Amino acid sequence: MKRIINRNPNARVQVLLSLLPFVAVAVIYVFASEARLAENANDKLLPSLDAMFKSLTRLTTVPNKRTGDILLWTDTAASLTRLSWGVSISALLGLFFGILTGAIPYTRSLLSSFIAVLSMIPPMAILPILFIMFDLGELSKVILIVIGIAPFIIRDLQQQVLEIPREQIIKAQTLGASTWQIIARVLLPQLYPRLIQSVRLSLGTAWLFLIAAEAIAATDGLGYRIFLVRRYLAMDVILPYVAWITLLAYLSDTVLLKLSQHISPWFHGTQRKDASA
Amino acid sequence: MSDIHFKNVWKTYHDQVVLERLNVNIKAGEFCSIVGASGCGKTTFLKLLLGEEAPSRGTIMLGEQRLRAEPGPDRGIVFQRYSVFPHLTVEDNVLFGLEMSESPILGRLFGRSRQRAKDQAKDMLSAVGLEHACGKYPAELSGGMQQRLALAQALIKQPKILLLDEPFGALDPGIRNDTHKLVLDLWRRFELTVFMITHDLKEGFQMGTRLLVFDKVRNDPQAPHAYGARITYDIPLNSDKRKFPVELTASLERSGSSKTDKKLLDFGPGPE
Repeated sequence: MKRIINRNPNARVQVLLSLLPFVAVAVIYVFASEARLAENANDKLLPSLDAMFKSLTRLTTVPNKRTGDILLWTDTAASLTRLSWGVSISALLGLFFGILTGAIPYTRSLLSSFIAVLSMIPPMAILPILFIMFDLGELSKVILIVIGIAPFIIRDLQQQVLEIPREQIIKAQTLGASTWQIIARVLLPQLYPRLIQSVRLSLGTAWLFLIAAEAIAATDGLGYRIFLVRRYLAMDVILPYVAWITLLAYLSDTVLLKLSQHISPWFHGTQRKDASA
Repeated sequence: MSDIHFKNVWKTYHDQVVLERLNVNIKAGEFCSIVGASGCGKTTFLKLLLGEEAPSRGTIMLGEQRLRAEPGPDRGIVFQRYSVFPHLTVEDNVLFGLEMSESPILGRLFGRSRQRAKDQAKDMLSAVGLEHACGKYPAELSGGMQQRLALAQALIKQPKILLLDEPFGALDPGIRNDTHKLVLDLWRRFELTVFMITHDLKEGFQMGTRLLVFDKVRNDPQAPHAYGARITYDIPLNSDKRKFPVELTASLERSGSSKTDKKLLDFGPGPE
């Protein structure tokens, strides 16, 4: 009998195994929900799949009576706008300061301890400051996300720059490259896939800060809606919303991975298709 | 052509003396093999030549001028590893040097100038036998091919001096021999001055026109860092003078006498 670490499932078993936990959770939910509803037909805690589907249909098709918006879509648009602003700004900051502190010793001395200390500030603790300074509008939510994830990305990229073998930087100089050319042709292209990796890792954190900000002060957004309907114990809305957020997060992660594979095939060890240039 | 002169060069890191009182002249066009026990300043010597390190005392002259203490296009280098850019294809790796000098802002060439540079890169790649691997990434190449790429990449700048830091250290023996031939061929063809660090004495004897042995002359067991290494043997090589001096064997055994050194000594001079 082979050791269990040496036994690999075949392709079909792999798919079945990976689906199993999802099916298990769904089945357990359905049974638990039916048991509660059998006792009390008005139970709100574990709504039936049917009830959730009805709510979801209402949220995605019926316009809101007051505003005429279809709630799920307007909420999604609002949240994704904030999230993508926050994440894009953080990524740009990360790239800029990561290279600045990674590649140039003077700016590293100047900034790296400062950034290390900044990154220790708990972002939620300064949310009130943001609300006071930037009002309750979109800006303070975007800034919260930036404060939450930019220091992590900056420090990660600084480390990534420092981990590029010194030999490459020396070699580039013997090929006549200036500081700027080294940054543009040696460092930047090697940082793109690492930046995407870093962004993927911080997406969860970005969602956390987004939903926190929306829960506290917003008039739309996925986080706002969840915290609004909590007052009515509307689990039939909350659960689909959570599933939707999870799906969005999963999709954005996948899209980023595909993007990275597309622009940096060398990083992922995939063969370039047009091998003859 | 410019000769290289080391005039009383010292290199120290804090209180640790790595190299002391180096006085050596190297004529343009020589092929210097550099051997010595680990920690005897071979790599420091190469870093001084490269300009990655500046001498603590003394001067290094390249022809009539002081050697600039910063790596530049007049001195090419091939390291044991990490010499090529992993994110660029074989062809782009060789183009890199040309693009740097011709396109200071973008660092990229387009259109006709790119085509011209490409032709030049093609010639260089066929000189090292890589013309069929143009579109591949370095990770898709074998170790020997990567080193040949690193050579092509360095030589496209037409440096006068080529520095090789154990370039064949990671290659298996068959590939090694082919690459030896290639390097000697390139050395003659491009009229280079070559400095090659090697751990393989036989390789050092076979390839060089001159063998420099680095060793510590003085050693204080209480203060191992107090004295640095010097060039203890400077052996001109040609077909007659391949005999391995007895006193050199003894000296190397006395000094490092680590496992690698012993193994190297077993190779001895080549039978040819």
